[in-house]
Amino acid sequence: MNEEKSMNEENKREIGIPGEIIVKGSDYLPGEGTRRNGEEILATKFGLIDISGRLVKIIPLSGIYMPRPGNVVIGRVLDANFSGWMMDINAPYSSFLPVVECPRFIKGDLTEFLAIGDMVVCKVDNVKPKGVDLTIKLRGLGKLENGMIIFINSNKVPRVIGREGSMIKMIKDETKCDVVVGQNGVIWISGSNVEDELKAKEAIIFVVEKSFVEGLTEKVKEWFDGRKK
Amino acid sequence: MAYTKRFDGRKFDESRKMEAKVGVVKNADGSAMFRFGDTIAIAVVYGPKQMHPQHMQDPKRGLLRCNYDMLSFSVPERKRPGPNRRSQEIGKVTEWALSSVVDLESYPNTVVDVHIMILQANASTRCAGINAASMALASAGISMKELVSAVSIGKIDDKIVVDLIKEEEDYEDGEGATDMPMAFTKSGEITLLQLDGRIRPEELKEAVKIGKKACKEIYELQKKALRKMEEK
Repeated sequence: MNEEKSMNEENKREIGIPGEIIVKGSDYLPGEGTRRNGEEILATKFGLIDISGRLVKIIPLSGIYMPRPGNVVIGRVLDANFSGWMMDINAPYSSFLPVVECPRFIKGDLTEFLAIGDMVVCKVDNVKPKGVDLTIKLRGLGKLENGMIIFINSNKVPRVIGREGSMIKMIKDETKCDVVVGQNGVIWISGSNVEDELKAKEAIIFVVEKSFVEGLTEKVKEWFDGRKK
Repeated sequence: MAYTKRFDGRKFDESRKMEAKVGVVKNADGSAMFRFGDTIAIAVVYGPKQMHPQHMQDPKRGLLRCNYDMLSFSVPERKRPGPNRRSQEIGKVTEWALSSVVDLESYPNTVVDVHIMILQANASTRCAGINAASMALASAGISMKELVSAVSIGKIDDKIVVDLIKEEEDYEDGEGATDMPMAFTKSGEITLLQLDGRIRPEELKEAVKIGKKACKEIYELQKKALRKMEEK
């Protein structure tokens, strides 16, 4: 009950349910998670309704990660064969990192560069019906050497990053950790000591749990200030 | 003796006490519980995930796989665990009832697994299962046109009744018992209509009308349960 009360104070957004009418009128444009039926715009997904200007869309709260070209993700090496590495990026499709992506010449076994079980920051290059192609040829991509990995719901990733990276920047500054957030909900944290890493982890979990609250950046700031005392 | 009063004292168009809950299984991608009185169903959704075996993959659309299972303690006499002819049929029928609303074209080469478990059974298990599965699919963030609600309508002797219980299913006096599980989408389209027994055409029309009305009530409950999930 107590939780319910605090929710109402915190300016909650409407929830869209598949098949329910969100808005009526031809002024609006249906965005992601919605469809048009004559004059009405209906929801096709379960999530928060977001109306910005004329565009109506649904921000999903649950569901698996669907890869899109350009997404930076963190994957785990499943297998190495002669032409590249099979990766697990928490998507329903198999993903492949070709050997041409490797920045140096490898003699013999491919596990010399990336072994099975290694975590790699990579970018989704291409999404084909049968699978996903990855690349590591850009700056900031590549194998992760130390630190810790945490998994969150991939739908909460935009919240963890914040508007123009404000949230993640604050977490990085406050904990002095290096943080990489993959669009697939895998997060890598690396700091000089474990306490800082755990603090960053707790902060991220806090953001994920409070993801529906408006003005979350200030709340996290307060949370950090509270922890300092 | 004509059937003038229901065994549990309900009105003829009254369903049992219903309860709906979303997010009952933490580790699943989506889950829900639905109950009609003593009938309790839990539905769990996993996926979309990679389809195995690979020869069943469809590059045009995803696949919906429903698995219905009555747990061995759900009925008075212990049920032998595992799939049987009846559970396979109900799983298939549930699949058909739901696949028309799930937007499977957005998930090519994948499979969505729905597992329905009946914890306690007192008739209308497949309806409770469909109701729970429809909520679980929505809570798994799967793109779908609308929700599906199901109810069983029966004809006991000459009375059309909503939401049968086991005693009513076994009623033998007069014209006997007819059991009709039916499922409707929000817009009123029928996605499931089964009939076990005998009924006149005009009575069938009446039964479908009553079923539609009962499903509206269920739909409101499903909506409420989904909204409530986010308040947690």
